[in-house]
Amino acid sequence: MMDFELDQEQKMLTEAIGRFARERVRKVFRDADEEGKIPADLVQAGWEIGLLPTTIPEQYGGFGEYSVVTGAVAVEAFAWGDLATTFQILTPNLVAVPVMLAGTNEQKAQYLPLFCGETPPRVTAALTEPTIKYDPRCLQTTAVPENGHYVLNGVKAYVPLAAEAELVLVYANENGRTQAFLIPRHTEGLTIDDDREKLMGIRALPTYRLHLDNCRIPAENRLGGQHGIDFNRILNHSRVALGAAAVGMAQAAFEYARDYAKQRVQFGEPIAHRQSIAFMLAEMAMDVDAARLMVWETAWLLDKGEDATRAATVMKTYVDDRVLDVADRAVQTLGGYGYIREYPAELWLRNARGFAMFDGLAIV
Amino acid sequence: MISFEIPEFITNELQMVKMVAEQVMRQYARYYDEHEHERPVEYIQIMWPVIREQYRQRFEKQKNGDRPKREGPDYRVLRLIMIIEMLSWGDAGLYLSTPDPALGGAAVEAVGTPEQKERFLRRFTEGEPKWGAMAMTEPGAGSDTSAIRTTAVLDPETNEWILNGEKIFCTNGSLALEESDGFVVVWATVDPSAGRAGMKPFVVEAGTPGVTIAKKEHKMGIRASDTAAIVFNNARIPYDNILGSPEVQQRDGSTKGFKGAMRTFDASRPAVAASAMGIARAALEFTRDKLAEEGIVVDYTKPKHALTAVERDLLEMEARHRAAWLLTLRAAAVMAYGRSNRLEASMCKARAGETVTWITQKAVELLGPLGYSREWLVEKWMRDAKINDIYEGTKQINTLIVARSILGYTRHELK
Repeated sequence: MMDFELDQEQKMLTEAIGRFARERVRKVFRDADEEGKIPADLVQAGWEIGLLPTTIPEQYGGFGEYSVVTGAVAVEAFAWGDLATTFQILTPNLVAVPVMLAGTNEQKAQYLPLFCGETPPRVTAALTEPTIKYDPRCLQTTAVPENGHYVLNGVKAYVPLAAEAELVLVYANENGRTQAFLIPRHTEGLTIDDDREKLMGIRALPTYRLHLDNCRIPAENRLGGQHGIDFNRILNHSRVALGAAAVGMAQAAFEYARDYAKQRVQFGEPIAHRQSIAFMLAEMAMDVDAARLMVWETAWLLDKGEDATRAATVMKTYVDDRVLDVADRAVQTLGGYGYIREYPAELWLRNARGFAMFDGLAIV
Repeated sequence: MISFEIPEFITNELQMVKMVAEQVMRQYARYYDEHEHERPVEYIQIMWPVIREQYRQRFEKQKNGDRPKREGPDYRVLRLIMIIEMLSWGDAGLYLSTPDPALGGAAVEAVGTPEQKERFLRRFTEGEPKWGAMAMTEPGAGSDTSAIRTTAVLDPETNEWILNGEKIFCTNGSLALEESDGFVVVWATVDPSAGRAGMKPFVVEAGTPGVTIAKKEHKMGIRASDTAAIVFNNARIPYDNILGSPEVQQRDGSTKGFKGAMRTFDASRPAVAASAMGIARAALEFTRDKLAEEGIVVDYTKPKHALTAVERDLLEMEARHRAAWLLTLRAAAVMAYGRSNRLEASMCKARAGETVTWITQKAVELLGPLGYSREWLVEKWMRDAKINDIYEGTKQINTLIVARSILGYTRHELK
């Protein structure tokens, strides 16, 4: 029967993440954006909440409690704290989840135990490409089979933490279909720009461009082996995570604007006493709630094992617009202060626009 | 535990409702749109025996007092929401003329005594089709329901209430009072100086002297539904026709009657939202089908930049429809679990009304000269849709309720 209440475990998880987000992330996230760096102890503390090990099957060292809905709820709680921090804490997911969903038994045995340790493994994934006509289902990066190997060529963008990564999951176009390839960092033909990318938002997260120049890897490095991957499924899981992150950030922006409007006095009373402000806040609340329901529904479909491609596309269409709108209204509610970098609203607006581009930066 | 599962018995029942929607409602939708105020007999004949029987069973159960102790959620709330959506997908005007106790019956069920239930509700278990209705709005009291001026004065000699005033925009008012042996729950004040605290609901039955249908409105849409103006001219009703206590509580316990009226909105707003969503789905599906015939199909695997403007519009329509529908289902689910859904009810109503208005207007546009033509139902759906943005609290009133709720403000702090 239809129900929209978190279960007991989800409540405990979101409380733990909420405390971390409130007491630690929100204390430093503004500085992290300015400095372009997330404190290492913060990332470690986020990792220790143990979201990923919980989901990995017991035979590979985890707790085997994989649920996309729970993942979405957790990501929302993280993103309430800060988006860049969430992406960094979740970067190991970019390899772990696709391996869980589509890896061969050998690949699972080789890689999944890495994600059950004390510290986050240094891995990342490369999906997005630096082109206006970016299409994840029709990538410009190519993978061509050749004598028991694959040869990859192309350029990737928005690759998080690539400079320190020891393993990269690279998505490429193999004969018209998107497939994924596990490539060790020091493979010949794989290079990573020395300089970080310069983006409008999520500035605390180091992202890089990655170049594949006749990069040759053994055929067994293809994720899913001979079967390869069902890329739509992976993309749907990614979109749930991004949708949940958008909802968490939008919730934060809404709450901040609401509280600000109640204490900011003009013309002798709080500005929230005016419908022009109060109605913006009401629309924000409705946007956030509706977006969250759409994310949950898509996650729920994935947990049931159904094809959620349509639901995920419809959800993403909605959520990407709503998060931008909510963040914009938060800036507007704060007026001049919304534009000042001492306040968080402008950061949320810069981040919000990115959801149309953040493909592949999170997955649950 | 988060779930979007619809119980199987509801999906099964919906298949039956869909047959009525497709084979009866869609067939007569245009006719009754163009013959306003004509009684939609075909639809009424189909619905009345079913409703009468369902109501009879429920009525007997309640009367025997064997109301089962409920474990878990009340599925009826969700069932009703889904049936309303499906009937409105068939035709919103016809759905509104369904012979049933409606809002008037809900008020009697909520606060009526066992004697009142017997007197007023038994009629829906037998005989010819009947309607219940609710009359709140007046020429000077729209969104501001506390401004009603219809009075109820007790005549101590005869122990009767004497009603005077005018009610407007009463859905099924004529069907309830003139065209069947039904009743209208009329909100009147027993003490105009007491403001909200003086507002009380009274049951006015068909055939009461001094009650006349002054007018049946001519409307933009939902023309199959009767919208009546009712005049009360020294209309006398028995003392026992008041619902709840006649006491005007002062400042301390204050506005119980008014709050009672407001509480009915917690159930009726999701119902209106569901009706809106039925129209929206009808327009969305029809538009999608017609565009597909022209080779225009949304490919859900294409990136946004590879979609045409029309395809993007369709995707946006689907997205906004889904968002508003999920808000509606949530309002129903929260209620089904016995929790307060005041905020959720207003959220879904505000969004559903706005969304169906936009979707149907967009549908007419996308289908071009044919969309605007009365040969198809799309233009009718656009006309039908708009009322959902207005009645049961305008979009603005519901937004105001949402705003007060999220800010923790009273009506004095946020006007």
